[in-house]
Amino acid sequence: MKTVSSFGLTRFASVLLLAAPGRPLRADTDCLSCHGDPTLQDTNGKSIGVSADKFHASIHGSLKCSDCHKDIHDYPHPDHPAAVQCETCHADEASAIAGSIHAKASTSVPGATGWKAHPCTGCHGNAHEIVTKTDPNSTVYPLNIPKTCGGCHGDPAMAKKFHLPNVYALYIDSIHGFALGKEGLLVAANCTSCHGSHKILSHTDPQSSTYRTNIPRTCGSCHVGINEQYQQGVHGKAVAAGNASAPVCTDCHTAHGIVEPTSADFRMQSTPICGSCHRDKFSTYRDTFHSQLGLLGGYTETARCWDCHRAHEVLPASDPNSPVNKANLIATCGRCHAGANASFVQYQPHANARNRKLNPALYYIRLFMNLLLTSVLTFFLLHTALWLIRSRFQQAKSKSPGGKNA
Amino acid sequence: MPDPTPTTAAPTPEATIATQPAAPEQPRYFLRFTLGQRCLHAVLFTTFLVLAATGLMMRFSGSIWAIRFAKLVDGFGTILFFHKFCALVLTLAFIIHVREIVARGIFKRDKSIFWGPTSMVANWKDVKDLFGHMRWFLGLGPKPRFERYAYWEKFDYWAVFWGMVVIGFSGYAMWFAPFFARFLPGWALNAALVIHSEEGLLAILFIFSIHFVNTHLRPDSFPMDMVIFTGRESEEEFKNRRPDEYQRMIAEGKSATRITDAPPLWLLNFSRVVGFTAIVIGLALLVLTLSAYIAG
Repeated sequence: MKTVSSFGLTRFASVLLLAAPGRPLRADTDCLSCHGDPTLQDTNGKSIGVSADKFHASIHGSLKCSDCHKDIHDYPHPDHPAAVQCETCHADEASAIAGSIHAKASTSVPGATGWKAHPCTGCHGNAHEIVTKTDPNSTVYPLNIPKTCGGCHGDPAMAKKFHLPNVYALYIDSIHGFALGKEGLLVAANCTSCHGSHKILSHTDPQSSTYRTNIPRTCGSCHVGINEQYQQGVHGKAVAAGNASAPVCTDCHTAHGIVEPTSADFRMQSTPICGSCHRDKFSTYRDTFHSQLGLLGGYTETARCWDCHRAHEVLPASDPNSPVNKANLIATCGRCHAGANASFVQYQPHANARNRKLNPALYYIRLFMNLLLTSVLTFFLLHTALWLIRSRFQQAKSKSPGGKNA
Repeated sequence: MPDPTPTTAAPTPEATIATQPAAPEQPRYFLRFTLGQRCLHAVLFTTFLVLAATGLMMRFSGSIWAIRFAKLVDGFGTILFFHKFCALVLTLAFIIHVREIVARGIFKRDKSIFWGPTSMVANWKDVKDLFGHMRWFLGLGPKPRFERYAYWEKFDYWAVFWGMVVIGFSGYAMWFAPFFARFLPGWALNAALVIHSEEGLLAILFIFSIHFVNTHLRPDSFPMDMVIFTGRESEEEFKNRRPDEYQRMIAEGKSATRITDAPPLWLLNFSRVVGFTAIVIGLALLVLTLSAYIAG
C-alpha cells in the first residue's frame, strides 16, 4: 500500500480540524489521539500507529514521545520527522554497533540500505513496544534470539544476495537449537552467545569471538571442562602457540549445524574431517576393517579416530597419558575388544600393506596374494578364451544337432 | 570329491548293456553326482553367493552400491550378520565333507579317494590332459579323453578347498580376534584382513567368470550344465565328455550300478530356476566387483 488509507485519511483530517494551529503538544495523549489508531499510515504506507497499552508497558513507557522524537514540539508537525537517535541514551551500544559487521555491511554492501534506516529496531522490534531482554516477549529474550536473527539470516534470498551461509536452518536442527527451541534451555547457546550482540565482528577480524584462534575460548565459556582437555591436547597447544591450521572446535563440530557427538550422524561424518589433515593416517585407516565397517552405516560403534586417540585431549603416542601409548593399549583396545591381550594390541590400526619398509610382512603377504590372484586369473582367462573359440569353431564345423557335446 | 557308489539301481545283466547301445528314442541316464554331493554343491553356492555379496559390500564399502544396499538393509549390522551366518553354514558343510573323506579314506581304507581315476588328487594324466587340451585349443592335436574328473574340475575343487581353509581361518581369526591373539602375533590380524579379502576376491572373480564359463556357459553346456543339479547325465553326453570314464565303467562292468532314470521334469525346472538365479546373481556381482575396481 503506497498511500494513506482512506480510514487513516479521515482520522487525519478530523484531527486537523480539531487542533488549533501552532498549539504545543502537552502530553502523550495528544500524540496518541492520532497515533493511537493502529492502522494509521504515513504517505509512504508505513505504519505510524502506536499501541498505548503496549507503549506504557514497554521499558520506554515512562518517556515522553518528544524525548525520542526531539524535532516534534507542536502540531502540525512535519510529514517526515527526523530519525530517532537511540544513541542519545544508548551511547555504549551505539558505539559498539558502529564498529560491527552490521554497520559495515550497511554501508559497504550494495542493497543493504534497509538496515541503515534504523539499526536498532531491526533486532529489538517495534520501538514503542521494546521490553527488557529478560521478558519472554522480548525479541532478544534468549529463546527468541534465533528467530530474530533468523528474520534476516534465515532468508535464503538474503543469504544468497550477500553471500552468507544460510545458518538459521543449520542452527535450528543443531544440538544447541534443539536445546533452546525444543527444550527451552535458557543456557543453551543462541546466536549472541558466540557472536556477541552489538559488536558482532566478522570471523576474519582477530578481535572477533568467532575468529579462528578465539573459538576455543568462545566455546569454552560454556564448555569449560572440554576446553581444559582441549588445551592439554596437541591441537589446543598448537593453536595456543599460534598455529592457525591446527583444528579448533568448529573444524570438527562445525559452527552452526552441531550435532550430538555420540549420534550416528556425527560418528559417520567426522572421520574424514580428521583425515583432511591426517591424510596418511586416514588412508591406512581406510584399509582396515574398522573403516570398512564404519563406512556402511548402521554400525556406529566401530572405532573412529577419537575412540582411540580421544577427541579433545589428543596426545602423541609417546606421552604416557595417551590412550595409544604402548602401556595403555590393552585398556584402550579392551574398551571394545573384551579379552584384548598384549599380542592382540600389536595389531596395527594404521598398517600400510603397500609400504615394504614399515610393514614388510604385510607387504609380502599382499604381494603374494596379488601375484596368486593375477596369475590364476590370467592363466584361466586365457585358457577359457581359447576353449571358447575352439568350441565355437568345432560347433560351426560339425553343425550337427549333437553339437552341444563339441 | 569321493566317487559316488550308488547301489540303488536294479541289477541288469552286464552283457545287455555291452551289446545293446542306447536306443536313440530312449536315451539312458547315468548317475554322476549323489544327492549328498548335489546338496553339498547347493549349500556351497548358496552360502557363497551371500558371502560374496556381503563380503564385496565390506571390501568396497565406499562404493555407491554398497552404501545404498547397506541403507536398504538397515546398515552394516545386517550385512555382517548374514556374512557370519553363511560362514557358519559353509564351515559346517566343509566339516561334513572332511568327515566323509576321513571316514572313507582312513576308517574304511578306501584308497580310491586318494589316488586312481576317481580321486580328486591330481595325477600325471591331468598334466598330460592340460597340455593336450591346450594343443586341441590351437588345433594341434586331438581332444584329450577325460576321466571322471577333468583337470579343471580338480582345480575348481582344490581352489575351493584351499580357499575355504584360508578364507575361513582368516575370517575366524578376525571374528574372534582376542582369542586368536593368544597364539598369533598381532600383525597376523592385519594379515588376516589382507588375506581374507584378496583370497575372497580371487574366489569371486574365479567362480563368477572362469567356473561359470568352463562349466556352464561355454557352448558345449550353454546355458547351464544341469548334471550338478539333477545328478543325471545322458549316455551320449557321458560318452562324449568323459570317454575314459565311460570306457572304464563298461570294462569294469559297473554300468548297471550307475544307470538311473531320466531326470524328472519338476527337478529339471526347479534346477533351471535355481541355477539361473545363481548365475545371474553371480554375474551381477562380477560386474559390481569389476566396476568397483575400475572406479578405484
